[in-house]
Amino acid sequence: MTPLLSVEHLTMRFGGLVAVDDVSFDAPASKITAVIGPNGAGKTTVFNCLTGFYKPTSGCMRLRHPRHGEFLLERMEGHAIPAKAGVARTFQNIRLFTGMSVLENLLIAQHNALMRASGYTIGALLGVGGYAAAERRAIDRARYWLDRVQLTDRADANAGNLPYGAQRRIEIVRAMCTEPVMLCLDEPAAGLNARESAELNELLRFIRDEHRVTLLLIEHDMSVVMEISDHVVVLDYGRKISEGTPAAVRNDDKVIRAYLGVEEAEEEAQP
Amino acid sequence: MRASTVPQLPFDWPRALKDAGMVAGVVVLLAIALLGFRIQDTSGGPPLAYRFDDVVAVALIAFLGRLGIAALRAQRAVPVLVGALVFAIALTAALVLGADEQQLFFRSTGLNGTIALAAWILSARAAWLVWHAASETSAELREARMDRLSAQVQRWSGWVGPLLLGLAVALPFLPWIDRRLLDIATLVATYIMLGWGLNIVVGLAGLLDLGYVAFYAVGAYSYALLALHFDLGFWLCLPFAGIMAAFAGILLGFPVLRLRGDYLAIVTLGFGEIVRIILLNWYKFTNGPDGLSGIPRPTFFGLPMVRDAPEGGHSFHSFFGLEYAPIDRVIFLYYLAIALALVTNLFTLRIRKLPIGRAWEALREDETACRSLGVHPRNTKLTAFAIGAMFGGFGGSFFATRQGFISPESFTFLESAIILAIVVLGGMGSQIGVVLAAILLIGLPEVFRDLNQYRMLAFGVAMVVIMTWRPRGLLAHREPTVRLGHGPPEERHEGPHA
Amino acid sequence: MGYFLQQLINGMALGMIYGLIAIGYTMVYGIIGMINFAHGEIFMIGAFISFIAFIALGLIGIGWMPLALLIVLVATMLLTSVYGWALERVAYRPLRHSPRLAALITAIGMSIFLQNYVQLLQGARVKPMQPVVTGGVRFFELGEFAVAFSYLQMLIILITVGLMLGFTLIINRTALGRAQRACQQDLGMAALVGIDVDRTIALTFVLGACLASVAGLMFLLNYGVIDFYIGFVAGIKAFTAAVLGGIGSVPGAMLGGLLIGLIEAFWSAYFSVEYKDVATFAILILVLIFRPTGLLGKPDVEKV
Repeated sequence: MTPLLSVEHLTMRFGGLVAVDDVSFDAPASKITAVIGPNGAGKTTVFNCLTGFYKPTSGCMRLRHPRHGEFLLERMEGHAIPAKAGVARTFQNIRLFTGMSVLENLLIAQHNALMRASGYTIGALLGVGGYAAAERRAIDRARYWLDRVQLTDRADANAGNLPYGAQRRIEIVRAMCTEPVMLCLDEPAAGLNARESAELNELLRFIRDEHRVTLLLIEHDMSVVMEISDHVVVLDYGRKISEGTPAAVRNDDKVIRAYLGVEEAEEEAQP
Repeated sequence: MRASTVPQLPFDWPRALKDAGMVAGVVVLLAIALLGFRIQDTSGGPPLAYRFDDVVAVALIAFLGRLGIAALRAQRAVPVLVGALVFAIALTAALVLGADEQQLFFRSTGLNGTIALAAWILSARAAWLVWHAASETSAELREARMDRLSAQVQRWSGWVGPLLLGLAVALPFLPWIDRRLLDIATLVATYIMLGWGLNIVVGLAGLLDLGYVAFYAVGAYSYALLALHFDLGFWLCLPFAGIMAAFAGILLGFPVLRLRGDYLAIVTLGFGEIVRIILLNWYKFTNGPDGLSGIPRPTFFGLPMVRDAPEGGHSFHSFFGLEYAPIDRVIFLYYLAIALALVTNLFTLRIRKLPIGRAWEALREDETACRSLGVHPRNTKLTAFAIGAMFGGFGGSFFATRQGFISPESFTFLESAIILAIVVLGGMGSQIGVVLAAILLIGLPEVFRDLNQYRMLAFGVAMVVIMTWRPRGLLAHREPTVRLGHGPPEERHEGPHA
Repeated sequence: MGYFLQQLINGMALGMIYGLIAIGYTMVYGIIGMINFAHGEIFMIGAFISFIAFIALGLIGIGWMPLALLIVLVATMLLTSVYGWALERVAYRPLRHSPRLAALITAIGMSIFLQNYVQLLQGARVKPMQPVVTGGVRFFELGEFAVAFSYLQMLIILITVGLMLGFTLIINRTALGRAQRACQQDLGMAALVGIDVDRTIALTFVLGACLASVAGLMFLLNYGVIDFYIGFVAGIKAFTAAVLGGIGSVPGAMLGGLLIGLIEAFWSAYFSVEYKDVATFAILILVLIFRPTGLLGKPDVEKV
């Protein structure tokens, strides 16, 4: 089975600093792939390259969209990646439109579809083109996702007034409202308590199994990673040091060393 | 908040005196050169005049005022009330009785009047506090209270809006309205329209535009030149002027809209100045500083508002069989301004609920998140910029047709600043806020035109005072553009939003 | 060649004035991330105060020019910096934690206020002054034409260089400078490690006003006429200089000022005087489009 995303020889340099160094991996379709690694390993940089916030120094990121064909993400502009290639993302520090209502947040995620339905505003201003129906459908989709995360009753509240855990969930379903084929989650479990974390796992499984979306996630919480991911990629100092099933990665010596820093500690101990 | 018993804090006299003394000292340092001396323009006489008594007076007032405010904060309202009231009454009486100016604080009636007004305000505040047995409210409480009020106004807008509109329509026929007041009302309506237009750019899309006057100028000159050279009527030129202005907006916006807030502000400011300088120097085209005159007046669906009907045609009054009255044109222009403003308002209200309007607001909140959701930042900003410019252009052509004469002098940075101030003071994004701010900033100073010298001075002070008093704008409040209809609406006010 | 040299000298003297004002913009922007919109008015007030000081000194009979200049310089710096302090206190400090736009509006309000305040107190008419520093060196004499390097221009360049040296010392060597650099990095963190942020910001405004007042004095000496409106255009040009040099960078502001002065001098000399301001603004727009960080500014990487 061909993977949905193939990252090939991705390198990202900032001046003299090599944040990502020749990293290659695949993300199998409709599976959960976790990217793990110690702090500063270059995980978020990989995400930023994938979602168009950085232009990689070299390398290629191939996305095979089941309906729209193949895209080379490194050649696309940031806003076109979610719009055309169907790659959505969330952020490490949640980025909701805090002054707007939850429902509005979810509608902005459907901006491009709604713009077309509104006849690029002109049609809707003149009252032709069935914009009202399109907006109703968009609201229905928003309601579907809000029901999923039990936040339907907060739909009209200011997104910024919601508690932290709820904001995390809103950000995920907002990304889902763009109807992505791949969803990149940057530390979705950070700051969640055990119960919220379990709910998150369930939501991610639901997205994978019911919507057949490919998930790529950065996570520090190993219990989350081990429990839900199908495939794990380990980065350290910008390089890929291991890849495989959670069980295989867990027993990989290189991974253990990277996390515990055994080798370096020993090296320093020996003069 | 109201409280029946206010605990009396001990009033720290030495500290208050020291503080007031410091303030007075700073005031002396500020005033000594510019107020204490005056450079004399006439040659021959002494090159400097002295006004040290004025410096002393200013320092004294600063000292007393500061002391009074400190006393109010420490719940000593009664002595402040007595003191301020005595002072206010004495000064007002002296002013009214026309006392010899030399005996009062300043040589200028305006300054004396301002001081008297300040004293009256201080006494009113003290009286209010005495009456309610309350203490000075904290800034947070005041903000929360104003937030509730703004939300209230927003909820009332369903009937406040039509009521205001009805009032605006009835205005020319109210008994005490004369031509001057109607002119002022037209001016206010123009600024309301411009404020609403700029509100799209600044309030909704969050793009800080300090060169709005450039689009106003483009609209005015487009109309004037088309009308003068091609003999086209107002109604034909109006859309064209709007398109020209929108085009200018796109031309400027395309390269600069990726800049961050303050940079954008300064670039738009520069653009405004460039347009003005070009208008000033391109003599062949714009007639330079002399301006363009003889710009045709608008017609009422083809009927000119003149005394003598054109050859073989009708004028407004002959067509309707009315007596010719010059005020008709003033009323017509007034209604035109109201109509243009209304169109701007309806457009804004509608577009806010469309995807493009929501995307503008989302861009204001977080551009990065917008990109991650597939919103094209530049194109979206560009539409806001162009549409805002278009309304600026409409406003400009109205200005040209109303005045009949335009020159670059009318399109200075000050104009941009005033329009921006209306938007920000009203409360960004708030349509009624713009109306309120336009009446406060344009209407009031115009009514007091006799104090011309102090008009802009007061304008500057008002901008500072209102903004410090309520930094998010008088009626800042945002209603969601769409509702699912769950949950009580109150929950939206559970905390101040970011 | 002679003509070119002359423009070079004129442009440098002008550029020094812009540079001094630009430092005020760049420092304030560096520390609170906002444009000090009323800074041009501070410059204008500096010019007026030095004018008044000159006349007053003349009246009490201090005619020896070096002494008079020194007294005027000190008095202007002192009195104008009080305006800088008051500006911060009234228009910026109360709005430290408010939306940025609010502070911009108060600053514009202060700018309108100060302009009208000076107009009201000193009259709207243009104020001409007798030249104070006269004479100069002439060289490159070619027939009728000679390059003039006036004592005044020398004085302007000398004072500016002196001030710049002193200023660099303050920034690099004193506790105030250290506090200021810390605040530039991170206001919140600076407060946490015990820096009095309010005081540092106030002193930044004061220092900026000091330098702007000297620029005002030099403008007065150089042009001999002032009015209440000079602050606006000079302010925008100085801001352009600050952006051109890279906002937040003090040497950048000086460099930007020099460049703007030279561009203006050469543009007026070789193209057209009417459009010299257009040239400045066009440069501002071009710089911001193609190199938003300016010549000496640090690039700022977008954090996601």
